[in-house]
Amino acid sequence: MAKARLSPVRTIAAHAVLITYTIIALFPVFVIVVNSFKSRRAIFAEPLALPWPEHFDLVGYQTVLRQGDFFLYFQNSMIVTVVSLFFVLLFGAMAAFALSEYRFRGNTLMGLYLALGIMIPIRLGTVAILQIMVEGGLVNTLTALILVYTAQGLPLAVFILSEFMRTVSDDLKNAGRIDGLSEYRIFFTLVLPLVRPAMATVAVFTMIPIWNDLWFPLILAPSEATKTITLGSQVFIGQFVTNWNAVLAALSLAILPVLVLYLVFSRQLIRGITAGAVK
Amino acid sequence: MGSLDLKSVTKSFGPVDVIKGVDLQVAEGEFCVFVGPSGCGKSTLLRIIAGLEDATAGDILLDGRRMNDVAPAKRELAMVFQSYALYPHLSVRDNMGLALKQAGVSRAEITAATDRAAEMLSLGALMDRRPAELSGGQRQRVAIGRAIVRRPKLFLFDEPLSNLDAALRVATRIEIARLHRELGATMIYVTHDQVEAMTLADKIVVLRDGRVEQVGSPMELYNNPANTFVAGFIGSPQMNFLVAEAVGFPGQTVGVRPEHLALHPIGTKSDGWIEGQVSHVEKLGGETLVYVHTIPHGLLTVRLFGEQDQAVGEPVGLTFDRLKALIFDADGMRLG
Ligand SMILES: Nc1ncnc2c1ncn2[C@@H]1O[C@H](COP(=O)(O)OP(=O)(O)OP(=O)(O)O)[C@@H](O)[C@H]1O
Ligand SMILES: [Mg+2]
Repeated sequence: MAKARLSPVRTIAAHAVLITYTIIALFPVFVIVVNSFKSRRAIFAEPLALPWPEHFDLVGYQTVLRQGDFFLYFQNSMIVTVVSLFFVLLFGAMAAFALSEYRFRGNTLMGLYLALGIMIPIRLGTVAILQIMVEGGLVNTLTALILVYTAQGLPLAVFILSEFMRTVSDDLKNAGRIDGLSEYRIFFTLVLPLVRPAMATVAVFTMIPIWNDLWFPLILAPSEATKTITLGSQVFIGQFVTNWNAVLAALSLAILPVLVLYLVFSRQLIRGITAGAVK
Repeated sequence: MGSLDLKSVTKSFGPVDVIKGVDLQVAEGEFCVFVGPSGCGKSTLLRIIAGLEDATAGDILLDGRRMNDVAPAKRELAMVFQSYALYPHLSVRDNMGLALKQAGVSRAEITAATDRAAEMLSLGALMDRRPAELSGGQRQRVAIGRAIVRRPKLFLFDEPLSNLDAALRVATRIEIARLHRELGATMIYVTHDQVEAMTLADKIVVLRDGRVEQVGSPMELYNNPANTFVAGFIGSPQMNFLVAEAVGFPGQTVGVRPEHLALHPIGTKSDGWIEGQVSHVEKLGGETLVYVHTIPHGLLTVRLFGEQDQAVGEPVGLTFDRLKALIFDADGMRLG
């Protein structure tokens, strides 16, 4: 239907724009990955050349892996990201359900208060957060990072999810109530599956900043045992000498886990089981 | 088992009064239909009865027991929604069995109950499908089946047929009437459809603006409406309202049903007849509706039996059955 109306010229123009954008967006990633497989000399001599065959060199990866703790850094990043994500989605969805489903005094004010965090960067409170963590003995623990990231991710999650939950049919929830489902069952089995695409959106938007963050790991958990991958990669960047092979290899490796998580969530984005729920 | 009693029930959403004091008795086994214009509070009243919404004041009694603080699932009622509201992640069988499962009924009994309901509604072949794999009519039958399985004292229907096409609507209407006979349960049914209301109801409750205007059997309301609102609301096409003075009646307005108006060609002049011009004709096959523009009564509808040829623009004369005319005062209330 849409095909018939689009002239070939327009189709080509649209594709040209999209392809150009894709190339621009992927170019830095491409350069990083390509150069991570080259020797240092080749990186500087011909940064755009493919690593095959004469420049091919795994020295970057060897350095990174020899560093030893790298798998630990990976693991730390993974734990922090996944656990924070879980809490953000769980608490965000629960708060959103309460805000959208129940009429109570101060409902709107509470919603505004929870959404305020979208506009105020959490880093402004770094000093206070550090003090709290010191008092609570949480410095140099992954718990500290998880707590901070959960707080950081909640406002956007509550905001987006409460909008989506308003669209879930009241009749469906009421049918559940008449059939004797508890509010928790209604939330988990009826409402959550229907807002899955929104959950996936929130997950992607929450995950990337956590994975890439350098600030809080540096301040709250810089110890060897709790370093995240982003912080760990910094050892290769010196004030005077930077081990480019290692930096590029580390960055290339760091892309992989987020890529996997992203693919998982984007499948959820597309899949909709809402069809047939109502009407 | 299954009598309902509402005692001065009111409901406000913040400053807005939606239900303004409703008193109503529905006897055991009765089929009660709520009708009224959009936004008059029919669904809200139904949700209050179901316990999905708290009444601001007043009592809801089921079988004489006060139900205000009883959870919806414990009120022994079932509700069928306009949007079907089937659980998308469950099969038809599980959709129908969920309430019993929640109530702790054994699996064998649940299977027996769902099978019985499936047989009543001929859903046997669909039991293992998901709602997404059903047509609209099948979904509505499943929704009705889900209500039957619980053997509730009271059935609540909120415009259950309005998403179905005309043929299916008739079929499902007959099915609901049959279920009412077979189950003998009390049913409360909200609808916009005149035919559904007239054919299904033992008792019709006409609501306007959060108040009950009149309660009665379909024929009572049709023949004996208490005011112009009920007179105009019940019956399709609408009752004609004539200016009383112009036709020599007391009161303010005179209500005449379209079938009580007779059409005469001009020239056969007689007393008390209303002259006008045909402005539109609708042929429905079995009957013909003629719209006649008159002064000072405005547009009047005449219902004629069978297929009638009537040229638009032609001057005609109207007479009506004076014994069947209803007289209303200036406030719209019936006189005499
Ligand atoms: N949650 C709510 N908050 C505020 N007002 C509400 C709420 N629910 C319903 N109302 C108002 O109450 C009135 C009655 O609504 P209700 O849904 O009962 O009407 P209805 O008679 O079922 O109409 P329809 O025939 O269109 O379904 C409407 O004016 C509606 O705007
Ligand atoms: Mg309604």
